[in-house]
Amino acid sequence: MASNKKYWKSEAELNPNDSIVETLRQNEFVEEIPVDEFLGDKENLSTTNTNRRDFLKYVGFSTAAASLAACEGPVIKSIPYVVAPENIVPGVANYYATTIANGFDFASILIKTREGRPIKVENNKEAKVAGGANARVQASVLSLYDSTRLQGPKSGAGEDVSWDAIDAAVKGKLNSGKQVAILTQTYASPSTSRLISELKAANENVQHVTYDAISEEAALTAFENRYGERALANYNFEKADVIVSFGADFLGDWQGGGYDSGYSKGRVPQHGKMSRHVQFEANMSLTGANADKRVPITAQFQKVALAKLYAMLNGSSVGGELPSESQSDVQKVLNGVVAQIRKNKSKAVVVSGIDDVNVQSVVLAINEMLGSEAFNASTPRYTRQGNVKAVEGLITDMKAGKVGVLIVDGVNPMYSLPNAADFKEGIEKVDLSVTFSTNWNETTAVSTYAAASNHYLESWGDAQIMKGHFTIMQPTIKELFDTRQFQSAMLKWMGSNQSYYEYIKETWNTSILNGSDFNKAVHDGVFVTSIETITETNENADPVIVMVASDKEDAAIAMVSETEGVDVTAAVRSLSNTTGTEGMELTLYSKVGMGDGQQANNPWLQEFPDPITRVSWDNYVTVSKADAARLGLINENVANGGLDGSYVNLTVNGTTVKNVPVIIQPGQAIGTVGLAFGYGKKAGMKAEMQTGVNAFALYQNFNSIQSVTIEKASGMHEFACVQLHKTMMGRGDIIKETTLEIFNTKDHAEWNHVPQVSLNHQEVPANSVDLWDSFDRSIGHHFNMSIDLNACTGCGACVIACHAENNVPVVGKEEVRKSRDMHWLRIDRYYSSEDTFEDDNIEKDKADGVGLGNYMFGDREGDGSLSTFDRLEDPSANPQVAFQPVMCQHCNHAPCETVCPVAATSHGRQGQNQMAYNRCVGTRYCANNCPYKVRRFNWFLYNNNDEFDFHMNNDLGKMVVNPDVNVRSRGVIEKCSMCIQKTQKTILDAKRDGRMIEDGEFQTACSSACNNGAIVFGDVNDKESKVAELKDNDRMYHLLEHVGTKPNVFYQVKVRNTTEA
Amino acid sequence: MKKVTYRNRISKVLGFSLLAFLLTTISLFAQVEVAASTTESAADTAGGDPVQGKAIFNQNCATCHKLVGPHTGPELANVEDRLAKEGLDREWIYAWVKNSAKVIKSGDVYANKIFNEYKQTAMTAFPTLSNTDIDNILAYTAAPPPAPPTLRTEGPNGEPVASSGISNEIILWALAFVFAMLVFMLMSVNKTLRSVLQENGVDVEKESPKGLPLWKAFAKNHFLVLVSVIFLLLGSAYFAYGWMMQVGVDQGYEPVQPIHYSHRIHAGDNEIECKYCHSSARKSKHSGIPSLNVCMNCHKTISEVGPATLAEGKQYGVDYNKEIAKLYEAVGWEVETQSYTGETQPIEWIRIHNLPDFAYFNHSQHVEVGKVECQTCHGPVEEMEIMSQFSSLTMGWCVNCHRETNVQTEGNPYYAKIHEELSKKYKVKTLTAAQMGGLECGKCHY
Repeated sequence: MASNKKYWKSEAELNPNDSIVETLRQNEFVEEIPVDEFLGDKENLSTTNTNRRDFLKYVGFSTAAASLAACEGPVIKSIPYVVAPENIVPGVANYYATTIANGFDFASILIKTREGRPIKVENNKEAKVAGGANARVQASVLSLYDSTRLQGPKSGAGEDVSWDAIDAAVKGKLNSGKQVAILTQTYASPSTSRLISELKAANENVQHVTYDAISEEAALTAFENRYGERALANYNFEKADVIVSFGADFLGDWQGGGYDSGYSKGRVPQHGKMSRHVQFEANMSLTGANADKRVPITAQFQKVALAKLYAMLNGSSVGGELPSESQSDVQKVLNGVVAQIRKNKSKAVVVSGIDDVNVQSVVLAINEMLGSEAFNASTPRYTRQGNVKAVEGLITDMKAGKVGVLIVDGVNPMYSLPNAADFKEGIEKVDLSVTFSTNWNETTAVSTYAAASNHYLESWGDAQIMKGHFTIMQPTIKELFDTRQFQSAMLKWMGSNQSYYEYIKETWNTSILNGSDFNKAVHDGVFVTSIETITETNENADPVIVMVASDKEDAAIAMVSETEGVDVTAAVRSLSNTTGTEGMELTLYSKVGMGDGQQANNPWLQEFPDPITRVSWDNYVTVSKADAARLGLINENVANGGLDGSYVNLTVNGTTVKNVPVIIQPGQAIGTVGLAFGYGKKAGMKAEMQTGVNAFALYQNFNSIQSVTIEKASGMHEFACVQLHKTMMGRGDIIKETTLEIFNTKDHAEWNHVPQVSLNHQEVPANSVDLWDSFDRSIGHHFNMSIDLNACTGCGACVIACHAENNVPVVGKEEVRKSRDMHWLRIDRYYSSEDTFEDDNIEKDKADGVGLGNYMFGDREGDGSLSTFDRLEDPSANPQVAFQPVMCQHCNHAPCETVCPVAATSHGRQGQNQMAYNRCVGTRYCANNCPYKVRRFNWFLYNNNDEFDFHMNNDLGKMVVNPDVNVRSRGVIEKCSMCIQKTQKTILDAKRDGRMIEDGEFQTACSSACNNGAIVFGDVNDKESKVAELKDNDRMYHLLEHVGTKPNVFYQVKVRNTTEA
Repeated sequence: MKKVTYRNRISKVLGFSLLAFLLTTISLFAQVEVAASTTESAADTAGGDPVQGKAIFNQNCATCHKLVGPHTGPELANVEDRLAKEGLDREWIYAWVKNSAKVIKSGDVYANKIFNEYKQTAMTAFPTLSNTDIDNILAYTAAPPPAPPTLRTEGPNGEPVASSGISNEIILWALAFVFAMLVFMLMSVNKTLRSVLQENGVDVEKESPKGLPLWKAFAKNHFLVLVSVIFLLLGSAYFAYGWMMQVGVDQGYEPVQPIHYSHRIHAGDNEIECKYCHSSARKSKHSGIPSLNVCMNCHKTISEVGPATLAEGKQYGVDYNKEIAKLYEAVGWEVETQSYTGETQPIEWIRIHNLPDFAYFNHSQHVEVGKVECQTCHGPVEEMEIMSQFSSLTMGWCVNCHRETNVQTEGNPYYAKIHEELSKKYKVKTLTAAQMGGLECGKCHY
């Protein structure tokens, strides 16, 4: 029965005369539909020429035209040279030796060019000093093709001007009687020094100020006080058996960097020996992560500890308090260190990165006292020459209006000075300021002129990296734009017609080469003056302090140095009396990926995950777990897998940096925080690259250690972190490690245990069981790669080299956050949950039953495996750290190959797991079936796509693309190919030349980039090869051996030198 | 007995379709046959070996004579026939070739006429040539001029003709004949049986005139309809696939280039080595388009072509001298002053051989290591007036060659060990590129 109930929507409906109700009843839509807006008014419609029929005609025509146009293939043009350059053969790479000397990175390198385009940076193996390219140097080739580069000189207002205008303006002002100030980076260049001294001779008002964004003032001053030369001591860690570091990140950028190669050589156990490395530091640095013993203490206590070490070594005693809670521990470590140094004496070395002249003086004194073989003051390095006092003096002069002309090159003081406001005030009072820069930046914006400068790959130059070690910078490509390098401009302004090339040649022929051929020096890229000339000039650098017999602690030390005016005792005393500051202690540092921020616009470096935190596209403040809990700061993983972190405001001396994201860093000393330089740049940068906060604002008095107050700010920061899981959960077979003692005394079956599997109810070694029939790989080449976990410092040069060689796309912060990073080679970083990884393994083995019940009732400390694993997920407060580079393991029995429905991935006879991109249909079965998770999926078209505005969407940025490797499209899987293009090239060249291939000829991008010898690549069928020898090494193991994939990549067990005394 | 009629009808349908099938296939094979036969050259004439003749011709005569078209001397194609019309026999030719001056001096009418016609340029005497040699030359000149390259006119559908097809064809023809015989025999057996039955008085059920027509019966039989639809679909899918696979295959692509450059003249007539200009083919993955300074090595002195060549150009509607002028303009060469102006303009050639980016190909490996002739892939370039794409450049084409071609292992120390081991493994003396691993995906795709 139908209901007659009537439902009222509103009370108003009860009133039958309500006008609103009536309107609503009549009109379905309350608001009038904006028809006119769509179609225009009637007048408009009638006057338009297009009627309906015409419209249909247009539609029809355009459809037909579009489909017809689609039928015809594109016409591709080939444009040969009119006159071919003699040395360029299309399709064949040329290599040129050159040098990077940008004031922060100094390295002798080789540049690979194709058809005249520089596309890759390689290490210059000829160079004995600084021949290794770090991640930033590897990436610097991309900065050449930065689409935001200055393409010609501009005025400070951003308008294009001509060089003639700048020339006229400068020439007019040079002799105005006012001061002419030249503010530059560290060049370490003999020719530029000569140029500036000639300028000074011609014009007495000229003043040259060298400025390092990240200063080594303390070390330079200490060295100058002691040896009379403003330089940095040189160290060779290969010769050190005991390395003690007080806050020196010498595997990173400490004193110019480049020390990792020697360090790694000493870390590989040979004849039962390897170096022992003890690190006292606040931040978890790359160096600390590699140390055998790491003591996390504040810089204040590091100073005290250093003073105590000095005193213990020379038998005196000093006061000073070590941290109360761990006093006995630190003292114990110090005792151990002293005992070991005593044993080794000249085989020990002490270094420090603390910006304090006293600290640096004491360090020099200790090394001299030890007669350390690793320490060398006679051939110092010149890669840092900044002078803080001169910079401050210049700013004062500028503010006083004394400066008529300011010429800036290679530095960006408006960004990197802590007192940038003072500089701004000063530069406004300068009559004419010309800033040389490759990019528009904070300083060009306040200068009269922005002089578009050459990239180093377009420039001539030279450098004396170490005393007697000269290198040459030669251009590898003609200037891409209307740019001029500083030195050429200076020559012009000085009225010289010489080119800078001729000038360098003259300098070298007269004062460096001593009769050798200049062209040969250019070809080699390096030139070493004969040893006699070096030692001759530095005889006064003999050890001046003598350490007396080690066992007699009460013996005194002859303090010869005091007569020279360097009062080490006073320095030690002052160190031991260091007192803590209020608030937290902030240690500013530079990241391996970003350095001082010169290349902040480089997408490869932005996407490069920090080796320690594994965060890309950001800087952040690192806080210890205890402090984070105290301050209520958190890190959490959200549903899409991304990592979020709290914000804090950091205040140093009244300067506040707001909204700094927080990373809770295992190993961070309690009471300290860390923050990296190089981020927070804004001017002239693409929006996507404007990441992080500017830490230079807190770099007061050019001291990297500051007292800071922290307050929590609201909101959560979204990180792009590529590794969320921090520990190995006690699965010791991922990174196998042992101690030197066990390594030396026990059989390798014990410390390099092959996993057992059950076959016919019997435990057998996993590598003896095979589900498949093996192929015969004894004929031809069979490529294998060895990765030595002892030599690998985690520096990441290989990651960028792989990026450059294989055209790996940059995906941007948002995509990295979604775990869609495309790195073919990643360096996994693991923390131990207990004090050591070994303890983790023991803890895991102790787990007894599931323990579900206890776990459910909140028992996290029980023996059940649930609670054990729960605990193991948390890294320790001072964990052991291990790095492991992981790329495609090129399994001989590859799980990915068997699941591909279209056979896009297959195995080659030479051991490479091959990937045919154009065959791939993107099912991603392979990625799912890969136990190593090394396959990467192209979620989007990363090239020619403005959504990914990095470098592959513009013609300039695409010039860096390696023409021998395919640029992948959307929807296909890609992965490490073991650089098949390089192995094929080697084979093909040998075939053409009709010769056998020698060991060492086969290289991959990562193996040739690794200056530490951690990655060795070669043909194991060549029994004489190094990789074949390494495969038979006792330390050799395969990753996840129990899976039975038979990889062609193998690792060498990590050995730690835990010898305490 | 309805079933009988039914059986009859089925056999008719089958017979019909078999016939149709055979007819179509025959025509298919016929096409192949025709294509194959065009490549064969004509047989010899009136004694004498045209092959040897060609060699002698090129050595002695080609500087002044061409087969077709005038040069310093008259054209020589079918010279004997033309002279026969003048009433001159072979003996006359022997005498003329061995010493033409003597013949002219003797007051021979035709000899004097031709001597005056060609600006009284005396022909070199060839006393060394024997009569047999001259016979050979005449045989060569009498042979029809070489057929124009057939593949260029074939269009994009043309596929390289399988050289090993002859034996297959014979078998197929034999099979077709056997099938035809079978059909004939079946029909005659049927006929005989019917007549036998009729003679025996058995009443064979006639097809009733009211019986359904063939197509209706077919339409009624759902199974048959279904099967034929499936076959139709499969067939069309097959052809559609074949057609689709040609997308991006530009065999025969012959674009108009900014300069009408004749490989026929350079590589054919002048016999310039390919790698003289394409020198990077020796050491690079690219063969390279020669830069203009390479052209100028010769064209500094060759500013215009001979009248004969110019006349040849007319056939192609091109003035070679103007094309050389284009080169001069691009490279900035002034003929009058014999100097470079310095103003250059690169030439934008249209690329013919476009291998996709995802395929790696290295010229130097094929040319230097594999000792493969350029013509193997690029076709008879020396006969091409305008360069065109000869091979399909498909993956199948690559793979096929890798399967069939032996690696040049001899005398190359690189191969010494691997050759020894692999030949032991495969029990062969020579190795193909495929056996060396030349078919692995990653060897060309990375």
